[in-house]
Amino acid sequence: MLEIIGKLVLVAAAFALLPLLVGQAEHKVMAHMQGRLGPMYAGGFHGWAQLVADGVKFAQKEDVVPRDADRWVFKLAPGVALVPYLLVLTVVPIGPGGQVALDLGAGVFFALAVMGVGVIGAIMAGWASANKYALLGGIRVAAQLMSYELPMVFAASSAAMAAGTLSLQGIVGEWRWWWLPWQAVGAVVFFVAGLAELRRPPFDMPVADSEIIFGPYTEYGGLRFALFILAEYAGIVVLCALTTVLFLGGWKGPFLNTELGWLWTLIKVAVLAFCVIWLRVSYPRMREDQLQKLAWTWLVPLSLAQLALTGVLKVAFA
Amino acid sequence: MSGQEIVFTLLGVVAVGSGIMVVTTRRLVHAALWLVLSFGALAGGYVVLTAEFVAWVQVLIYVGAVVVLLLFGIMLTRAPIGDSADLDSGNRWAAAAVAAATAAVLVTVMVMGFRDERMPLRAGGGSAGELGASVFRTWVLPFEVLSVLLLASLVGAIVLSRTGIGPGRGPGSGEGDG
Repeated sequence: MLEIIGKLVLVAAAFALLPLLVGQAEHKVMAHMQGRLGPMYAGGFHGWAQLVADGVKFAQKEDVVPRDADRWVFKLAPGVALVPYLLVLTVVPIGPGGQVALDLGAGVFFALAVMGVGVIGAIMAGWASANKYALLGGIRVAAQLMSYELPMVFAASSAAMAAGTLSLQGIVGEWRWWWLPWQAVGAVVFFVAGLAELRRPPFDMPVADSEIIFGPYTEYGGLRFALFILAEYAGIVVLCALTTVLFLGGWKGPFLNTELGWLWTLIKVAVLAFCVIWLRVSYPRMREDQLQKLAWTWLVPLSLAQLALTGVLKVAFA
Repeated sequence: MSGQEIVFTLLGVVAVGSGIMVVTTRRLVHAALWLVLSFGALAGGYVVLTAEFVAWVQVLIYVGAVVVLLLFGIMLTRAPIGDSADLDSGNRWAAAAVAAATAAVLVTVMVMGFRDERMPLRAGGGSAGELGASVFRTWVLPFEVLSVLLLASLVGAIVLSRTGIGPGRGPGSGEGDG
């Protein structure tokens, strides 16, 4: 019992800390890639305290609910967007031998199912704001989720098929280096579909500022807005952690897997998070029709081909 | 009552209560959101009965896909904020009678079939492995028949949504294409 509580405290700490680190890294990486400095003075070293200052600013702001909004749904939406990512983190293993808060038998499906619930938060926000830009954003969020959920589940199923188990611990346990070429297509599809589900650039059509201001979050301010932003960064952490566990061998590194497993996991998550930020800086936003086309004419067929390849090789070498 | 039974009963109350809210609320989007709660409670019930895999698939498909599709449809057409007066139908009593009769039939079947029989819960009894084994060994024929049904509805959806199918309409329609 004490062990479980300790693990849950660790998960909560990771949930509080890692998204902020990703957020800070995004400020700095974007600044350097675009040849500008960004905030450099707060806190002294490279402006590290700017994030804290931003947090204080958000907390001080007035809590505004538009007059015509649906109050309950409007207030509930940030929580619905954020909490699912916390739940997913509890099943992600960071090291071998029980270094996971909850070892579920069907961990892959738990993670994917709960991640999908988070998107309902954005849809709720889009509807409840009583604002046409927010509503358009909400529609785009829903359309995007429906197209990209399918390839994401297919790609994750491919990793589960290769391992012969649905447990996230079990999948990492079965992972070998030759999964990298074998599951490469699945890994790319999973990562891309995950980015789309998180509405990260280049898939940020739902929050396209040049057309619909900030999509579902247009009417939000203060702490509730901060919660949505936090949910986005928590989503990046969760997506990178799931990609690491399913396709990149989780805690398996070049040496000392048992002792340093958690470190390998964190390094892989950090590298993937860097790639997420990198993609934001380098790619322009995709149009709605391009988004849908990418999902249905590329990702779905590719993930089906990956499933077939996994099945054939699994039977051939079983 | 054991702890499991108490949790199961509470989840059942939530599922039925939110189900009633779905059909009685006067706000269209609220109905879809109450449905989320109802499906969630149902998934919780599956977990209590050790059917872990069914529970997560329930959340993935019904909450993650069906409700999102519903919300998408509502938002695409009207998305009214506040009460909708036209949500009340004159058929409400007939609908209530049909619902009560269906519930009565289901409850009668359950009572007649099982009486007060009790089945012990086995940890892992509803795991993905057990489920796969029984679906693809014992129940493989019904499973395949279901897939034909799904295929038929897929074809039906395409026929309904595509315009320009049929004789003499649209650019690509020649003789004999169906």
